[in-house]
Amino acid sequence: MSKVPSDLKYTKTHEWVKKLPDGSVEIGITDHAQHALGDLVFVEVPETGRTVTAGEPVAVVESVKAASDVYSPIAGVITAGNPDLAAAPELINSDPYGAGWLMRLTPADAGSLTQLMDAAAYETLVQAEGD
Amino acid sequence: MAFIPHTEQDVAEMLAAIGAKKIDDLFDEIPASLRIKSLSGVPTALNEMEIARLMAERAKQDGRPLCFIGAGAYEHHIPAAVWAVTTRGEFYSAYTPYQAEASQGTLQTIYEYQTMICGLTAMAVSNASLYDGASAFTEASLMAVRANRKSRSLRVLVPTSVHPNYRKAAVAATGGQGLRFEEVPYNPDSGLLAVDALAKYDGEDIAALAIQQPNFFGALEDVDALTDWARARNILVIAIVNPTSLALLKPPGEWGTNGADIAIGEGQPLGVPLSSGGPYFGFMTTRMEYVRQMPGRIVGRTVDLNGREGFTLTLQAREQHIRRAKANSNICTNQGLLMTAATIYMALMGPEGLERVASASHARTRDLVAALSRTKGVRAAFDSHFFHEAVLILDRPVAPVLKSLASRNILGGFDLSADYPALGNALLVCATETKTDADIESYAAALGDAMQAALAA
Amino acid sequence: MQTRHEKLIFEYSRPGRGSTDQWPHAPAKAVDIPEALRRKKKPLLPEVGELETVRHYTRLSQLNFSIDTHFYPLGSCTMKYNPKACNSLAMLPEFLARHPLAPESHGQGFLACMFELQEMLKEVTGMRGVSLNPMAGAHGEFAGVAMIRAYHRARGDLARNEIIVPEAAHGTNPATATMCGCIAKEIPVNADGDVDLESLRAAVGPHTAGIMLTNPSTLGVFERNIEEVARIVHAAGGLLYYDGANLNAILGKVRPGDMGFDVIHMNLHKTFSTPHGGGGPGAGAVGVSPRLLPFMPIPIVGKEGDKYRWLSENDLPQSIGRLSGFMGNAGVLLRAYVYMRMLGREGMSQVGEFATLNANYLMKRLQAKGFDAAYPKRRASHEFILTMKRQARELEVTAMDFAKRLLDYGFHAPTTYFPLLVPECLLIEPTETESKETLDAFIDAMARIQAEAEQEPEHVKGAPHTMPVRRLDDVRAAKQLDLTWKPIAQH
Repeated sequence: MSKVPSDLKYTKTHEWVKKLPDGSVEIGITDHAQHALGDLVFVEVPETGRTVTAGEPVAVVESVKAASDVYSPIAGVITAGNPDLAAAPELINSDPYGAGWLMRLTPADAGSLTQLMDAAAYETLVQAEGD
Repeated sequence: MAFIPHTEQDVAEMLAAIGAKKIDDLFDEIPASLRIKSLSGVPTALNEMEIARLMAERAKQDGRPLCFIGAGAYEHHIPAAVWAVTTRGEFYSAYTPYQAEASQGTLQTIYEYQTMICGLTAMAVSNASLYDGASAFTEASLMAVRANRKSRSLRVLVPTSVHPNYRKAAVAATGGQGLRFEEVPYNPDSGLLAVDALAKYDGEDIAALAIQQPNFFGALEDVDALTDWARARNILVIAIVNPTSLALLKPPGEWGTNGADIAIGEGQPLGVPLSSGGPYFGFMTTRMEYVRQMPGRIVGRTVDLNGREGFTLTLQAREQHIRRAKANSNICTNQGLLMTAATIYMALMGPEGLERVASASHARTRDLVAALSRTKGVRAAFDSHFFHEAVLILDRPVAPVLKSLASRNILGGFDLSADYPALGNALLVCATETKTDADIESYAAALGDAMQAALAA
Repeated sequence: MQTRHEKLIFEYSRPGRGSTDQWPHAPAKAVDIPEALRRKKKPLLPEVGELETVRHYTRLSQLNFSIDTHFYPLGSCTMKYNPKACNSLAMLPEFLARHPLAPESHGQGFLACMFELQEMLKEVTGMRGVSLNPMAGAHGEFAGVAMIRAYHRARGDLARNEIIVPEAAHGTNPATATMCGCIAKEIPVNADGDVDLESLRAAVGPHTAGIMLTNPSTLGVFERNIEEVARIVHAAGGLLYYDGANLNAILGKVRPGDMGFDVIHMNLHKTFSTPHGGGGPGAGAVGVSPRLLPFMPIPIVGKEGDKYRWLSENDLPQSIGRLSGFMGNAGVLLRAYVYMRMLGREGMSQVGEFATLNANYLMKRLQAKGFDAAYPKRRASHEFILTMKRQARELEVTAMDFAKRLLDYGFHAPTTYFPLLVPECLLIEPTETESKETLDAFIDAMARIQAEAEQEPEHVKGAPHTMPVRRLDDVRAAKQLDLTWKPIAQH
């Protein structure tokens, strides 16, 4: 059973979103996603300062089996990409909600998070996909 | 007939196990209206003796004229060992090395090939080969557009002194993806691309610049100046190079202050016979930072469960069988057999042997040009340095001259008038290390007569 | 087979060594090349003698499985015997020595072979035109989709940019659609393995450029509704593209042209037995129906009177263009020509018949041994799928584990995990050139591995045990990229 922390928001494409104290958000991929991909070998994070729209592919996570796009859950400006992932992409496998964060951004619209799924809804989605 | 080993008894036992009465029953899911009775349009079967005889007749019909054509495919001596080993069944009839444990021979050969090609081009990383030089250029253009983060452009600058077939194939293969190849003219006196000709692109958003060295005319470009011009403008450099020439010429990894970004070319000169145009192989190399943008297969070294060294296909997540619609390319192959031959060739020749082939070819071409220029009405086209190929201008149409030479079993070169009408009566000639003094003399002697015959025609 | 580890060629290198018999005698140095353009440092190529080189690559070859040495039932790859005559006759010295730009006057023998090959391929596929230009299957696919696109544009119908692809299709199909500037639209396949007609009807419309199909499909079964599929797509204004990967199943029995396909690519390295060569060269000739004739890639061989010549852009002004530097993989085409002449019309049908007989026999007997076929109620075409999902669930032994253990038994594994639709699958294609004894030996091996899976699963999961290497660390290969050898000084 994959972990689905209750205090985060989620997307249909298996990204999680965490609100940070300064108003920005942190984004990563879920435990379900990292499990499906297998051992990650390479991660590409977006450049700081880039403006992104909701649903735009902004990062790539690559395992031996698959290379997947990661989509930005909301519109905003990227403030950071996780610098540790270049040397240690496996952080996403071992700690997908913590040290394996992918990027941080300043939302264009603070209210846009309410559009995202909560933990219960995401859990239902994952069950339906046959976790 | 079809290399089928089954006896009637085998067939009977097999049908019994299946529970069918005859083989035709196995096709019962196919609508009867679709099933054909016979292929009357295909000739009846020949046994091996008969087909061997037919092919011998056809080969004899074509003969072996003395060949002075280059233009992207070059006649070099190929050591007997190259194809004796390459056509061993274990190389010849092996599949793509997806089951690595059963394919270490192929995989290690590819790793050695990747290393050698990087050595020749002075680039950091190579793939396992592509179809040919023309498709390597196509793939390099697509790759440059993907990889150039500082450009949003789909424009690639291509000098018209790049091989005409490469330019045509690139347009045919990339039209669906919106790439724009913009032709940059060469200087008519030197046959070279001058940096001034690029001035009009200053300040424009361009993804890549292609530089062929030697260019299609055999002329030697100022690769340092051109590379630095591109780099200063965030334009990626695609180097199109002849692998034999790299034994003598500055490799693309050392062009300008920081080298070319992608270096590709036709690998045929490395142990692959002319064979009417194929199969050949294209090589592709690049900087380490672009390795994930490179199409085609790549082999990496790793270890097995016991810590023993082994080789495997890697970075496959970029390829079509995993990414499907998002793949870098739909390419599903490398030219395995040809790459194997090239690897053995490069091992046999080594740095010294390859340098001698390059020097000898260059010297022979110089001698050829000198000998032919002694004929009235023949002169060199350009004042620039050339390498193992050169353009001659005739004072009369080239086609009838070539036809007359051909009737004496001499293939005099490639007629440039169709692809380069501005050059006039232009002929691209090439002599490699395979040509002797006597060969060159034959050509020179025959040329005089052929020029006369062309006048009369 | 050889299992001793073989060093890298570079590790045999010694300064001053060389295969000197292969080098030109030392000429005068090329003094007239400007210094600025000259190479300063020797390239990193090995310095080895000829015997060392021959021994090294011979020993490397012995580390491979190949058709010449092992049964190689890779589904969708058609690993049939590559007749030696195809190779030796394609490598006659005159054929090898001919320059691609040599005049037609000095190539009538070669051109006759090419022309006759075009004609034979037209006949076996039921198509009206053939171009031999594309250099591989995926290349032929590109040509096919590009021709479909060109056809619609020539009619002024610019809205058609969708290519329908069944979800079981080979990965090159959607990749090709994207390369041609089209959008790949996937439709489902039903439980019996046929394309879902309702989904197809919903998917077609004014944006449909065409559909890419193979028949028999990648699931190893014949698309029974093919004529209806053709009607639906044609009625919507789209064209039908046939992926010829599975032509071996129906050679001499059914023709794609008769099924309604407008364009097909053939894999000469599968159906027509040209060598796989460790990954290539292939040849992906394309065949077209009358309405696509003007768009064929050039060059093509034409015949005028009793003379052959190349047809180029001037003859086909609407051609999608040339896809190769010269005319394509000529040497491969000669091999296919020799093979087809040796088969003759009688041999073609035998190929389809015996490929199908072998596959059905293998499937039935493996089912009798307790293995699960993915489509047990269907006839096998020239290949069929077994699913190991029960073994994976009950014994934690996967299709990959079976595949690796088969290597220890001296068989190359079947295709694994393709098509993606069937979980834990093995796609098995014996081909027509394998004897009953070989098939029986394979069946026995599979049964023994099943027994091992039940009694000592760890042994299967740790396979292979007897190959030159055990299972390799793919993760490390992708993370710690070691793609070229570097001399000690550079480490």
